[in-house]
Amino acid sequence: MMAYILRRILYAIPILIGVNVLTFVLFFVVNSPDDMARMQLGQKRVTEEAIQNWKAERGYDKPLLWNAEAEGLDKVTDTIFFKKSIRLFLFDFGRSDSGRDISSDIQQRMWPSLAIAIPGLIVGLLVNISFALLIAFFRGTYLDISGVVLCVILMSISSLFYIIAGQYLVGKLMNLVPISGYDTGFEAIKFLILPVLVGLVSGIGSGTRWYRTIFLEEIGKDYVRTARSKGLSERLIMFRHVLKNAMIPILTGVVVILPLLFMGSLITESFFGIPGLGSYTLDAINSQDFAIVRSMVFLGSVLYIIGLLLTDISYTLVDPRVRLS
Amino acid sequence: MPIVLWTDALVFLLLIMVSLFVWHVRRHEHLRRPWRIVLCSPIAMASAVILLIYLIIGLLDSLHFHPQIEDLNNGEKQYSTQIKSVFDMLVSHLQEHDEKTYSAPFAAWQYNKETIELEDGTMIRDYPRLRFGGAHLRDPDTEKIPDIVSKVLHSTVIWSVIFFLFVMLVIWRISRRIQRSFPESISAVARGKTEIPWLVIFLTAGISLWLVIVAWNLSHYYHIFGTDKVGQDVFYQAMKSIRTGLIIGTLTTLVMLPFAILMGISAGYFRGWIDDAIQYIYTTLNSIPGVLLIAAAILMLQVYMANHADQFTSLAARSDMRLLFLCIILGVTSWTGLCRMLRGETMKLREVDYIQAAQAFGVGNFTIIMRHILPNVMHIVLISVVLDFSGLVLAEAVLSYINIGVDPSMNSWGNMINSARMEMARDPVVWWSLAAAFVFMFVLVLAANLFSDTVRDAFDPRLRGREE
Amino acid sequence: MLGRLSLLFLFLFAGGCAEPPWNNPYPAEQDTASIIYDHFAERPKHLDPVRSYSSNEYLFIGQIYEPPLQYHFLKRPYELIPLTAAEMPTVTFLDAAGNVLPEDTSAEKVAWSIYRITLQPGIKFQPHPAFARNEQGDFLYHNLTEEDLEDIRTLDDFEQTGTRELVADDYVYQIKRMAHPTTHSPIASLMAEYIVGMRELSAELRKQSTPADKHYIDLRNFSMQGVRVIDRYTYEIKLRGKYPQFIYWLSMSFFAPMPWEADRFYSQPGMEEKNITLDWYPVGTGPFMLTENNPNLRMVLERNPNFHGERYPSEGEPEDEEKGFLVDAGKSLPFVEKAIYSLEKESIPAWNKFLQGYYDTSGITSDSFDQAVQLGAQGDVQLTEEMQRKGMKLLTAVTTSTYYMGFNMLDDVIGGYSDRAKYLRQAISIAVDYEEYISIFANGRGLPAQGPIPPGIFGSKEGKAGINPVVYEWDEARNKPRRKSIEVARELMIKAGYPGGRDEKTGKQLILYFDTTGGGPGSKALLDWLSKQFRKLGIQLVIRSTDYNRFQEKMLKGTAQIFQWGWNADYPDPENFLFLLYGPNGKVEHKGENAANYNNPEFNALFEKMKNMDNGLQRQAVIDKMIAIAREDAPWLWGWHPVAFSLHHKWYSNAKPNLMANNTLKYKRVDPVMRSAKRKAWNQPVLWPLKWVVLLFLLFMIPAVLIWWRKERATAL
Repeated sequence: MMAYILRRILYAIPILIGVNVLTFVLFFVVNSPDDMARMQLGQKRVTEEAIQNWKAERGYDKPLLWNAEAEGLDKVTDTIFFKKSIRLFLFDFGRSDSGRDISSDIQQRMWPSLAIAIPGLIVGLLVNISFALLIAFFRGTYLDISGVVLCVILMSISSLFYIIAGQYLVGKLMNLVPISGYDTGFEAIKFLILPVLVGLVSGIGSGTRWYRTIFLEEIGKDYVRTARSKGLSERLIMFRHVLKNAMIPILTGVVVILPLLFMGSLITESFFGIPGLGSYTLDAINSQDFAIVRSMVFLGSVLYIIGLLLTDISYTLVDPRVRLS
Repeated sequence: MPIVLWTDALVFLLLIMVSLFVWHVRRHEHLRRPWRIVLCSPIAMASAVILLIYLIIGLLDSLHFHPQIEDLNNGEKQYSTQIKSVFDMLVSHLQEHDEKTYSAPFAAWQYNKETIELEDGTMIRDYPRLRFGGAHLRDPDTEKIPDIVSKVLHSTVIWSVIFFLFVMLVIWRISRRIQRSFPESISAVARGKTEIPWLVIFLTAGISLWLVIVAWNLSHYYHIFGTDKVGQDVFYQAMKSIRTGLIIGTLTTLVMLPFAILMGISAGYFRGWIDDAIQYIYTTLNSIPGVLLIAAAILMLQVYMANHADQFTSLAARSDMRLLFLCIILGVTSWTGLCRMLRGETMKLREVDYIQAAQAFGVGNFTIIMRHILPNVMHIVLISVVLDFSGLVLAEAVLSYINIGVDPSMNSWGNMINSARMEMARDPVVWWSLAAAFVFMFVLVLAANLFSDTVRDAFDPRLRGREE
Repeated sequence: MLGRLSLLFLFLFAGGCAEPPWNNPYPAEQDTASIIYDHFAERPKHLDPVRSYSSNEYLFIGQIYEPPLQYHFLKRPYELIPLTAAEMPTVTFLDAAGNVLPEDTSAEKVAWSIYRITLQPGIKFQPHPAFARNEQGDFLYHNLTEEDLEDIRTLDDFEQTGTRELVADDYVYQIKRMAHPTTHSPIASLMAEYIVGMRELSAELRKQSTPADKHYIDLRNFSMQGVRVIDRYTYEIKLRGKYPQFIYWLSMSFFAPMPWEADRFYSQPGMEEKNITLDWYPVGTGPFMLTENNPNLRMVLERNPNFHGERYPSEGEPEDEEKGFLVDAGKSLPFVEKAIYSLEKESIPAWNKFLQGYYDTSGITSDSFDQAVQLGAQGDVQLTEEMQRKGMKLLTAVTTSTYYMGFNMLDDVIGGYSDRAKYLRQAISIAVDYEEYISIFANGRGLPAQGPIPPGIFGSKEGKAGINPVVYEWDEARNKPRRKSIEVARELMIKAGYPGGRDEKTGKQLILYFDTTGGGPGSKALLDWLSKQFRKLGIQLVIRSTDYNRFQEKMLKGTAQIFQWGWNADYPDPENFLFLLYGPNGKVEHKGENAANYNNPEFNALFEKMKNMDNGLQRQAVIDKMIAIAREDAPWLWGWHPVAFSLHHKWYSNAKPNLMANNTLKYKRVDPVMRSAKRKAWNQPVLWPLKWVVLLFLLFMIPAVLIWWRKERATAL
C-alpha cells in the first residue's frame, strides 16, 4: 500500500512538470513581461524605466526558457521558467505580480470557499440521494416518469439562470437574506444560505438522475431478487440493501471531487461576492496576474492528483477484492 | 457573392459525414436495429422534430455571402464588405427595424421617456412611439390586441390549410409504402397505432412550425421579444444565437473525435509505452482546470489576431475565428473522458477470442482496429457525442459570462444572458432579453437531452437489459 | 425538501425577528453606531502615497495622509487652502544668477522658483508600532528577528504603539522617496524635470540598491539639492524655471509626509512575506486610520485619536446655505467614528443593497437610472417618486474629465495633416452623434464636448462663444448648440475624396478600424451603435477588440487607428488637458500621454507659452487660439464630459460633490438612529411565497403516499 502511494506520488511529478510547462508557454505566448509590468503599474504616466525596474524586481528580466548567455547548467536554471516553477514544487508560491504574497492569500481565501463548498456538497448529497431513492422506489409508476422528466427539465436550465433568479427572488423581492457579501465567523451563515440553496437547485436535476441510475443498477442485481423472494418488504430492501450497496459507487464518486472543493466555484463566488479561491482565480484571469494563475493551476493539478489517489485507496477500503498494483 | 467561413465549411463537412453515416446505417440491418428503437420512441421523435427546426435555421444561417449593392458610377457589380446569411435575408425586416433603445415585447411605445419636441416647438417628456413596433396602428391602446389576434388567426388559417395538405401527402406516401389503403392509414395515424409515432411527429411539427410562422408574421409589425439597449430586435438576436449554440455543440465534438478515437484506441490496443504516453498526456491536460486553459487559449488567439489584423478584415471573420477556436479548445479540454472510456473498452475487446485469433493469423494491427475494434466501440462514441451536446451549449453561456466565450459582438445566448444581468437590476425590470435567451436555450437543451436519453438507452445494451 | 428548507429559514431567524432585518449584512451591534457604509469595486493596488494614483486608492489614503494643502470643501471654482501648512506657501522667483525677481516677471526670465512651506506645530501621527519605544527610548520594533515575527499576521499583532510630532523632515523624506527608483512613483519622471537635484539623487540611489535586493536605505543620509529643511516646521522646494501648476501637486498625496520610522519598520526582513508593507498599511496624520485591511472583504477606517483637529468650513457658495451644506459650520471634524467599505464587485448587488439602506450613498449606473431619476420636460433632473418616498437626495456635478475618441495621427488613412484626412476626420466628427450616445449610454448624464477642456476649468467657454464651429452651429431659437446635419458631413466626405464612403479612385468602400479593449456585457451595444454612426457616411467600421495589454501595446506602437480614451483632471488647470495634445508628449515617440500623437508646431508653441501664464485674459486668448487650431485639425472627436450623479439617503449629510478633494470623508455626517428605523421599515421579509412552496410540496406528496401505501399493501398480501 505505502509503496503504491509512493509510486503514485513519484508519477505525479512528471505530470506537474507538464502542467507547468503548458501553462507557462500558454501565458507567455500571450503576455510579454513588458505587458505584465504595464498592467500592474497602472495607466497614467508609466515610463519605460519603471517597466524595466518592475521586471528586474520580480525576476522577469531573464530569458523565458533558455538562457543563451549563461554558462553550463545556468543555461537552463537562470531563466524565468526555472526560477518561477521550481519554487512551486516546494509550495512556495511567491508574490503575485501585483505584489502580494500568494500563499497567505490562499490560506485566507480557502475558508470562504470551503464554507460554501462543504455545506453545498453535504446538502446536495442528502437531497439528491433521498430524491433518487424515492424515484427508484416508485420505479415504473407515473411518479418515476414525471420525476425523471422534471430532472431533465431542471438540467436543461443554465446555472446562470438559477443564480440570477435566486438573487432576484430571494434577495431582492423577499428580503430574506443579504443579496451578496460575506463575513467571518457565525455571521457568515446568512450569506451562505442563498449560494448553497442555488447550488442545490441547479445540481438537483443531474444529481438525482445520476443516483437513480446507480440505484436501478443495484436493484437489478441478484441479491435484491433473492431478498425479495425471501419476502422482505420493498421498503426494507431499498433502505437496508440497495442504499448500503449503492453507497460504494456514490462515495468513491464523491472522493474524487473532495480535494477540488478547495478551489471554490468561479461563478457562484463572483456572483455572490464571496472572497474565496474561485473569485481569486477569476480576478487573476481578468487582471492577467500570471503568478496567481500559475499557482492556482499548480494547486488545482495537485489536488486533482490527490483526488485520483484517494479514489483508488477508497476502492480498496470498501472492496477488499480490489488490489492496488 | 458567396463566402464560406471556416465554421460554415466545417458545419457542411459535418453534415456530409452525418449523411454518409445515415446511408451506411440504412444498409446494415444490425446497425439499423437500435435506431429503430429511437424512431419508435414518441419523446425522441418529438425532440428530433424540434432539433430539426433548430438545425434548419442554423444551416440557413451558415450560408453566407456578400450582398450586392447598387452600382455607383461605372455599372460594374459591387459587393458590400458586410457578410450576410440566407437566414438574414429571410428576416431582413428584423434587422432593419431598429429602434432607439429598449421597448417591451409587442410594445408600440418606447420603454423610457424621452424629451420630445412637439410641432409647435414645446418640449415634453413622454414615451415616444416606436419607429417600427406597432407603427401601423393609429391608436395602439385600443387597436393592438384585436390587431394581434386577427394576424394570428390569419396566419393560423393559412398555415393549417398548408399543413393539412402536407400531412395528407405524407400519409398517402406511407400508405403506399406499407401497402394499406389511404383511409386506413389515416385512422391508424390518428389513433397513434403506427409503429413510428407519426401522430406525435405531426403534432410537434404542426405546433412548432405554427409558432414559427406566427412569430415570423407578427415580427413584421411588432418586436415580439422587445428590443435591447440599442434598439435591436431581441427575437432576431435569439434566432441568430441558434447557429452559435449548434456550432459549439457539434463542432467541438467533431474537433475532439479524431484525437479521442485515435488516442483511446491506440492506448488500449498497443499498451506499453504508447499507453503510458497517452495516459500521461490526458492526465496532464485533465488536471489543468479547464477554465484556465480556455482563458489562456482565448487570450492567445486575440494576440494572434492583433498581430495579423490584415487577415481578419471583417467583424464576421474575426468572430468566426474566435468561435472556431473556442470549439477547438473546448474539444481539447473535453476529449479526455471519451479517450479514457475508449481505452478501457479497447483493452477489453483486445482479449476477445476473434481478435486474438486475427492477431495469431498475422492480420495487421491497422486492419484489426478498423475492422473489429472501431465498429465495436462506435456506440460509445455516439452516446458520448449526443450526451455532450447539451452540456456544451450550456457551457457557452457560462464562458461568455467570464468573457472567455464567443466574441462579444457575436450573437449568442451567453452574451444575451450576460447583458441581461444588468437589465434585471433595472426597475421596471427589463426581462425580455433574459426570457428570450432562456426560452430558446431551454427548448434546444431539453430537446437534446430527451433525444440523447433515448439514443443512450437504445445503444447501451447494459441499460436496455435492465428495462426488462 | 423545500419544506425542510423553509423550516431551516425559520429556525435560523427565529431569534432575530424583532431586531435588525434578516438581510442585514452587518452585525447587529453596529445597528445604531455612527458609521458610514460604502463600497469599493476593486482592490486598491497601492496605498503608498508615493505610488498611488487612482481614485479607488485615494478613497482610503486621502483620509489618512495629509499633504500640506487641500481644496476648500465648499468653494467653487476650486480653491487651495492650507491643510497641515500654517499658511499658503510663499513663492520666490530667482534669475540664473540667484537674484530675487519681482512676482510679475515673465516666465522666460525665471530660472528658479522656490516654494517655502511652513507647517502648523503640534500635529501628531496616528498611533503606530513603528513609533513605539521602550522605557530607555529605543524603538521597540525596529530590529525584529524571525522569532519576533512568528506570531505576527497583521499589523494589529504588534502590541505597543507610539506617536510623534509631524515635522518638516517628514515631507522632505517623502520627496526623496519619490526619487527612489524602487518605489515606482508614477510622477517621478515628471517631477524630476522640475525639482532640482531629484534626478541626481535617483541616480545615486540606483547605485545603492539593485532592484532585486531591496535593503533599507535611510534616506535621511542622502541630500537632495532642491529640497531643504529650514527649521523644525519649515521646508523649501526649489524648481527649475516657473511651474505654476506645482502648487496643485502640493495638495496630492505624493507630497504627503512619511515618517522615516515607518519606512524603516516596514523594510525589515520578513515583513513583506506577511504582506505587512507600507504599500498596504498606511501611516498618516489625517482624521482617519486604516484599522481593518482585508481587501477581499472590507476595509475599515476609524477615527484617529491623535488627529490635530479641524473645523467645518463656514463659508461656501451662495446657495450652500440653502442646500444645508453650512449647518455644521465651525463644528469640529470628523463627524463619524468609522467608515466601513465593503467589496462589491458587481454593480447590481451594490445598487440593491443601497436601496435596502445598507449603503449610505451610491452612484447611478445606466441601468438603474430610470428607477432613480426622471428628467423633466426642460431637461431638469428630479428623483422618481419611489426615491422621493424613501427620502433620497440627488446631487449632480459636471466632472473635470473628458472622454474622447482619438484618431491616430500617425495613421496613413485617418491621420496626417493633409486636407483629405482632415475633412474625413471632420466628417466623422459630425456623424458620430454624441448627443445620442449620451442619451443612450449615459442616460443624458453628460455634456457633449466642444473642445478638450471641461466646463468649470479655466479656459473653457460657455454658450455661443464656446461652440466648436466644425461640428456645431448655434441654434438661436433654443439657445443651445446644434450638431450640423449629416449632409454637411457627406459633403466633407466628397471634399475628402470619399463620396458615399467610397474611394473616388478605387471605388472601394472605406474601411476604418476601431481599437478597443475586450468587451464587458455592455460593449456589444456600444460597438453596434458606433458602427451605425460610421455607416451614415458609408464607412464600414471594423471593431478590433483585444485585451488590455494588446491595446496598450498598439497605442505605444501607434498601430491603432481609432480609439476611445479618457482623462481625469489631476488639478483644475487647462494645462492638464491641453498637454494631452502637445506634440512632445506624443505616445509613440515620447511615451507621453498624447495618445493621438497630435503634433502641430503652432499648437506646440502656443502650449509652451500658455503653460507658464497666470489665469487671465491673455491666457484665455492663447487658449482660444490653441483650441481653434485643434478643432480645425480634429485629432479627436471631442466626445463628452460626464456629469456625475450621486444619490444618498436622508440620514447622510454634507455630501456636496467635490471632484478635486480626496479627503472629504471627514466632512460627512450620518444619523444612525434614523438609518436603523428606515432599514427596518424597508426590509420586512416577505414570507408568503415560502408558504406556497411548502403547500405545493405537500400536494405533490399526496400521490406518492398513495402509491407507497398501495405498494406496501401489495407486498404484505
